[in-house]
Amino acid sequence: MSSENIAAGVTSHVQHHFVDAEQQQESAKLGMWIFLLTEILLFGGLFCFYAIYRSWNPDMFYNAHTHLNITLGAINTVVLITSSVTMALAIRSMQLDQKRAALINLFATLALASVFLIIKYFEYSHKFHLGQLPGKYYTFDGIAGSNPHVFFSVYFMMTGLHGIHVLIGMGVIGWIAYRTNKGHFSSKYYTPIEMTGLYWHLVDLIWIFLFPLLYLIS
Amino acid sequence: MSESKHAHHILPLQTYLGIGTALLILTGVTVWVAQYDLGPINLLVAMIIAAFKASLVALFFMHLKYDNKLYSVIFLTAVLFLAAFIVFTMFDTMDRGLVDSTKARPINDRAVIYDQPAAATPAGPADTIAADSLAGSEPPHGE
Repeated sequence: MSSENIAAGVTSHVQHHFVDAEQQQESAKLGMWIFLLTEILLFGGLFCFYAIYRSWNPDMFYNAHTHLNITLGAINTVVLITSSVTMALAIRSMQLDQKRAALINLFATLALASVFLIIKYFEYSHKFHLGQLPGKYYTFDGIAGSNPHVFFSVYFMMTGLHGIHVLIGMGVIGWIAYRTNKGHFSSKYYTPIEMTGLYWHLVDLIWIFLFPLLYLIS
Repeated sequence: MSESKHAHHILPLQTYLGIGTALLILTGVTVWVAQYDLGPINLLVAMIIAAFKASLVALFFMHLKYDNKLYSVIFLTAVLFLAAFIVFTMFDTMDRGLVDSTKARPINDRAVIYDQPAAATPAGPADTIAADSLAGSEPPHGE
């Protein structure tokens, strides 16, 4: 069967242990989804951490969250959602064999990811400056309620791990942009772009929960 | 598996732009609704909006609506186990002290905030429920 496909000249990217290109792509996706499952559970530990300490210190969480900048958080949400759209459009462009459009969308995604991290940098440095830091490094004075340092442990762990994911995502997107430019992908084979897209959408999906949980406590 | 022929299903541009617009509008809604105090359902409303947004991302951007349903099963398995993880943890942490009385104490003795003189005098009568006593025995802060 595989020799037949190779004869057809469409499957040079298919590894010999797969029946055809579709089976290879489905297998890649299966592996990616299992990886995403572990990612959800990785963040799940932090969501659990959040749930415990918020239930123990509800007033402190409310008071502490007022020190986060809702405007910057909302802008970052918009930036990340837009980057998800450009990522999805990059895959669509490659499905249509539009290499140039795919590259433009990948670079747009990279640019938006950079904007996200730059905004995060300003938020972080402001908190560093005020001493709104996790655990024993907490020196801020002005949040009523018990254990205010815990809020910032939660905040920095959740947004920090998410930020690391954004950083890794940028590296991977840069790598597939390079490969796209080299002409490694086509409408017949674009699995790496699609997998990167799945990862990037998960990063967006997690932020969709982080934003209301951290910035919009009411 | 009947969907497998749609593995290369290409969604129209309008779908992506439409879903993106919907996500941005819902972001606006979640910020807007957070200004109002809805009492105990504040968190519920925020989480329902977030779950709806997450569903749009998963169904359309991540193609779960069109792909092999096995991927949806994997995704939902993760969500299910995450829910079990959090719910059973909350059963424990919300009900501590109902059987054995527990005493509140600082989470981190070395934290700067505990160095304040006020920390020397624990406030109020000792509660037996951890949640209450954690909230009650802290040094007054930022007053």
